Amino acid sequence: MHEMGIASSVLEAVRTEMRRYPESYPCKVGVRIGEMAAIDPEALRFCFEAMILDTDLASIELAIEVCPRRHRCLACGHEFVVHDYDCSCPKCSSLGTTCISGDELELAYLEVEQYGSSTVGAKST
Amino acid sequence: MDRVPLERKVLSENDRIAAELRARFQEHNVLCLNIISSPGSGKTSLLERTLETLPRHDRVAVLTGDIQTENDANRLKRFLFPVKQITTGGTCHLDARMIERHLADWPLEDLDLLFIENVGNLVCPSSYDLGEAAKVVVLSVTEGEDKPLKYPSIFFKSDLMVLSKIDLLPYVPFDMNAAAENARKVHPGMEIVKVSCLTGNGLHEWMTWLEQRRSAHKSPVEAVS
Repeated sequence: MHEMGIASSVLEAVRTEMRRYPESYPCKVGVRIGEMAAIDPEALRFCFEAMILDTDLASIELAIEVCPRRHRCLACGHEFVVHDYDCSCPKCSSLGTTCISGDELELAYLEVEQYGSSTVGAKST
Repeated sequence: MDRVPLERKVLSENDRIAAELRARFQEHNVLCLNIISSPGSGKTSLLERTLETLPRHDRVAVLTGDIQTENDANRLKRFLFPVKQITTGGTCHLDARMIERHLADWPLEDLDLLFIENVGNLVCPSSYDLGEAAKVVVLSVTEGEDKPLKYPSIFFKSDLMVLSKIDLLPYVPFDMNAAAENARKVHPGMEIVKVSCLTGNGLHEWMTWLEQRRSAHKSPVEAVS
């Protein structure tokens, strides 16, 4: 259970980034989590929401994109999603394939809104 | 509404420190191995047998992590190599900052090999880069052969799986071939050694793997691309 630490790092990154936008407030932060990253998206969401409660970031939404494990075949170059740990190439059956994604634990984007615009304080539910 | 691309790692601060550590290890030719398993799989026993086997003048040190107690450091100090305990006080993994802090007064130029024994946990340590050259995962035969499928991340990221406690095979239902097959499903081509720290069986294979890693690290001719 290290999702609390991960949530804290996401919020720290949001605060750092927001220093560049003093006229705006953050609405949404997007993260990418690979299925091999050992992070439980729901536990991360729970920790994130617990940490922003009653803070100035209380209205920020966390968008999680779960990224499947993808491999590239070293023989024919075909790229495919790995299902049920079967890493062989579905096109040419080669076992020589290499992982190209599925290990992500990344900050993708931040959505910011200018203070004074019509949606200030609004929170999607 | 504006969307600002961030495109960086969530643990960028940990990764920054880990990259600094990796550069320092490379500069001083130190091979650093991060040893990970569930609690009680035999990480400390493997290190005890390893330190016992290595010559006294060998330039080896150990950082050993636990939530509480100095027990593991006390076990490992008997072999007279430098050993330091990292007690996390509750954190379920080691992070790069803890390693940096505990290495502060150890001159790396005096070392060739650094073992980091992580906190017993098959999940969280896999997310934290410690600057190591390789992760080694230990799986004991009492844990069940499906662990690589249940906890894929750490098996995916480790270069070597040490199957430990093989002296217990007559007493527990554990299918070695299925365990190897499961590990290689998650991590095709994964290297595997089978050891018993009690009888010494298989330790030679582990020491051979270690020596190969050490010599490859010293002369990284083959490591290019």
